[in-house]
Amino acid sequence: MENLLLALLIPLLPLLGFAINGIGFKQLPKTLAGVLGTLTVFSSFLLTLVLFGYVLTEKADYSLVKAYDWITITDAIKISFSYQIDKLSIVMMLLVTGVGTLIHLYSMGYMSHDKGMGKFFAFLNLFIFSMLVLVMGSDYVTMFIGWEGVGLCSFLLIGFWNQNREYNAAAQKAFVMNRIGDLGFLVAIFLIFQHFGTTSIMDVAFKANTEFKFSDPAIFWITICLFIGAMGKSAQIPLYTWLPDAMAGPTPVSALIHAATMVTAGIYMVVRSHVLFSLAPETLEIIAWIGCATAVFAASIGLFQNDIKKVLAYSTVSQLGFMFMALGVAAFSTGMFHVLTHAFFKALLFLGAGSVIHAMSNEQDIRKMGGLWKKLPITFWTFLIGTIAISGIPPFAGFFSKDEILAHLYGHNKPIWIAAMVASFMTSFYMFRLLFLTFFGTFRGTEEQKHHLHESPFTMTLPLILLAVLSMVGGFMGLPAVFAEHHILSDFLGKSAGVVAGHHMDDSTELMLMGISVGIAVVALALAFFRYGSGKNIPVADEVMTNPVTKVIYNKYYVDELYGFIIIKPLHVLGDIAMLVIEYLVIDLIVNFIALSSRVAGLGMRKMQTGSIGFYMFAMVIGMVLFLAYFSLASN
Amino acid sequence: MNNIPLYLREIPQVYYLYLATALFTIGVIGVLVRRNALIIFMCIELMLNAVNLLLASFAAYRNDAAGQVFVFFIMAVAAAEVAVGLAIIVMIHRTTRSVDVGLLKSLKW
Repeated sequence: MENLLLALLIPLLPLLGFAINGIGFKQLPKTLAGVLGTLTVFSSFLLTLVLFGYVLTEKADYSLVKAYDWITITDAIKISFSYQIDKLSIVMMLLVTGVGTLIHLYSMGYMSHDKGMGKFFAFLNLFIFSMLVLVMGSDYVTMFIGWEGVGLCSFLLIGFWNQNREYNAAAQKAFVMNRIGDLGFLVAIFLIFQHFGTTSIMDVAFKANTEFKFSDPAIFWITICLFIGAMGKSAQIPLYTWLPDAMAGPTPVSALIHAATMVTAGIYMVVRSHVLFSLAPETLEIIAWIGCATAVFAASIGLFQNDIKKVLAYSTVSQLGFMFMALGVAAFSTGMFHVLTHAFFKALLFLGAGSVIHAMSNEQDIRKMGGLWKKLPITFWTFLIGTIAISGIPPFAGFFSKDEILAHLYGHNKPIWIAAMVASFMTSFYMFRLLFLTFFGTFRGTEEQKHHLHESPFTMTLPLILLAVLSMVGGFMGLPAVFAEHHILSDFLGKSAGVVAGHHMDDSTELMLMGISVGIAVVALALAFFRYGSGKNIPVADEVMTNPVTKVIYNKYYVDELYGFIIIKPLHVLGDIAMLVIEYLVIDLIVNFIALSSRVAGLGMRKMQTGSIGFYMFAMVIGMVLFLAYFSLASN
Repeated sequence: MNNIPLYLREIPQVYYLYLATALFTIGVIGVLVRRNALIIFMCIELMLNAVNLLLASFAAYRNDAAGQVFVFFIMAVAAAEVAVGLAIIVMIHRTTRSVDVGLLKSLKW
């Protein structure tokens, strides 16, 4: 039982780090703030490892650790704030604290010149706390607390350099889009409460299995609303435009929040609710198609982007689409597998990009980079490993998880499989394009930047190396049936992530599929090398872009402008109407009228002060007469 | 009251009321109309004495000594008020060299 009490401590340590750094960031020296922030998350990671050992030996499916009774309204509503420790949540906890620790360590180097470093670590710790509450929550409402918390921290961290108005706008956009998704989640919670009478995840799962039939309309609406929440958090169409803009934040933020953890919260939530989703095949169909559309759409935009972080951002949106495609064919543990491997190589890629940006004195345009592999060796080799991993080339991690998704898709829905193959091809192409344009060829920047080029300090390169190792070996926890007897991850996750409807494919089909996917990844690599490898075909500057197709895709298909026209402009007009009519005409009139009337009354009354004593005495006499008259009449 | 001779008791009490009312009204009009501060004070005294008279008459005709007691109070208060009032008039005289209340108009709006 003492092991379970550890569970209470794991989120509290980062919260403590947030409190100390948040209150004292002006007084604490910067390195101390950084060390403190990193140590809290690292200790949480160690505690999580201890808890992991406990989970390995535990026989029960899950354990509940109750913190306290939270909402109790007679017997109708009983919500307690408690954590659920089972195989799924321990995996996510390891991911969050593990990758979190590496990114905190990286931030110690990356943000060392920033005077708000203590504030940065405070926000990062708060984010880790919220994310842990999200993954550990045993109740949809507790999960929602964490859900909102990570949205808030995303806002705080994207707009971290808050003197810049564009960054503030990006932060606001992220928060508002998240909120739209949150509305869906809230409606889902209300519906869950209405139909099940409880919001505890395990109770809902049990009741759903026993009381509801397959394809029940109530479950359909609940799962649709849950998916809307996931859409907002995990950047699927149509709520994805915030993620590329979120690159305004510092690079460790992009790595942690927008690659490894927050955006995977949507997927985690769907996997957690796999019982509900398994009962709603229509929703799964919708999820699969939206994931497919997002994957292809975002990959196509990524082909033409010229900012190193934007390419990675669109890559993240695309890979999230892959994860949702996996969920859409009820391959829940496969989705989780891709979450894990994606976290490794995407965090690696983002941190590597941060290393490049740091070396290039904050330059992010790849058209101005080139030939960096000699000056930044560790960054180059780790970035290469990450690129190979994300393209799905064996034996690195991305191959195994992506291939498993593709295999499931092939077994269920061939058109989606073809689209996913196209997206994979594009992924490989644009990632290698990024690699070649950034690291190969000749240097295209200014002399001053060239002078400053240096490899990053140890605090930054150590996480890169560790993540590269994970990207290389992480795939082996999910070897497909053709190579190994046991799929370690899905065996471990077991019932907590739903039984994977095994794709009953014979070995030859599976090998053929693997061959096809590796083949197109290698073809894409070759094409990218052919076009960009030797330093020719540098993309043109923005002003010179004339090809209309390229222009449309480069401008993200003008989706932001579309949203601006359809949604934002009417809201602005509504606001203007409210201002002109309600504010100026109604409220100002009432308030000003009151002020004016008291002024006019005062102007009139002061004429009574004539200064002449006779008049005052006359007034006194009149008053007495009236007074006496009133009394004598009233008593009658 | 029993000591008062019979022929005096034949005066109806209401005549005292008329007298006191007349005196009071003259006092009020005097206060409102006259401009000399000392005359105004005399009219105030006149009002007070009218009330004294009425109170004394009631004390006599109703056999209640409370009226006479109240008269004493009023006299004491009148004396004190006159002391203060005359002091103020002396101060006004020092600044304006006159006792005309029409001259004291500085507190106009």
